[in-house]
Amino acid sequence: MTAEIVGTYLVALCLLIGAGFVIVGVIGLLKFNDPMTRLHAPTKVGTMGIGMLLLASMIHSVLLGEASMHELLIMAFLFVTAPISAHFIAKVAIHGRTCETPPPPLKDDTWSTLKVSEADQEIERLP
Amino acid sequence: MARAFHWLLPHPYLTLLLAVVWVILQNDVSAGMVVFGIILGIIIPRGTSIWWPDTPKGFRLSKMFSYSIMVLWDILVANVQVAWIVLTVPNSKLKPAWIVVPLDLRKPEAITILAGTITLTPGTVSADLSDAGHSLLVHVLHTDDPDAVRDEIKTRYELRLKEIFS
Repeated sequence: MTAEIVGTYLVALCLLIGAGFVIVGVIGLLKFNDPMTRLHAPTKVGTMGIGMLLLASMIHSVLLGEASMHELLIMAFLFVTAPISAHFIAKVAIHGRTCETPPPPLKDDTWSTLKVSEADQEIERLP
Repeated sequence: MARAFHWLLPHPYLTLLLAVVWVILQNDVSAGMVVFGIILGIIIPRGTSIWWPDTPKGFRLSKMFSYSIMVLWDILVANVQVAWIVLTVPNSKLKPAWIVVPLDLRKPEAITILAGTITLTPGTVSADLSDAGHSLLVHVLHTDDPDAVRDEIKTRYELRLKEIFS
């Protein structure tokens, strides 16, 4: 077995694992029934799925003889931005009261999302 | 001398990061690209330094590296666990929970990394920070023992971040 054959099998394996995780993420998104639990499936499993697909792409580029490192950047940007979108969806769910009310914090008065300044109280009451 | 250095490189790590990102983006490790990356790494932090008044101090890069490896491993393990939960646990038996994590970390950078780590490790999402920043609200997909999850976050991630940002 040459390195090329082993590499091809590795690429196929990575693609399969990646695709498997992506489909699990989609199943989770469809199956769960409230916004907070739904949030878990795609943001997480997606990261791993895309990570494996990018790894396959990297191995493939090495096999072709022109190693590409762009995938590392894609992965880094994905890992940095994924928590932010998840955080915002969670904030919307808390603020819109579409999920269970979270327990109060230990030391401070309230969660920053639920703290509405005097000037915005009127907007807050709108449906 | 030190002041000139600080004027030229207000954020040394950012300079390094920009240079590395530039070289990877060009996919070409040649002297020209490295020099151009370093030039960008000096110009960009210098030009935007008004918006980053404070330089984080006491940041340990070597510990950050081992922390990243550990987090990557945790992401791998937890992904399999979440996939298992998604495929096998029916909605009626799912036990999602809110967890309040009291924070010992005070630096905004450290809290950001902790929140990002919690969100990236599947099964947990950091949802909110209390108004004065003393606790973090975390949502867990499925757990029988919320206190154990809280303790794990505190011992596994927060302790290490405290060492990194000491």
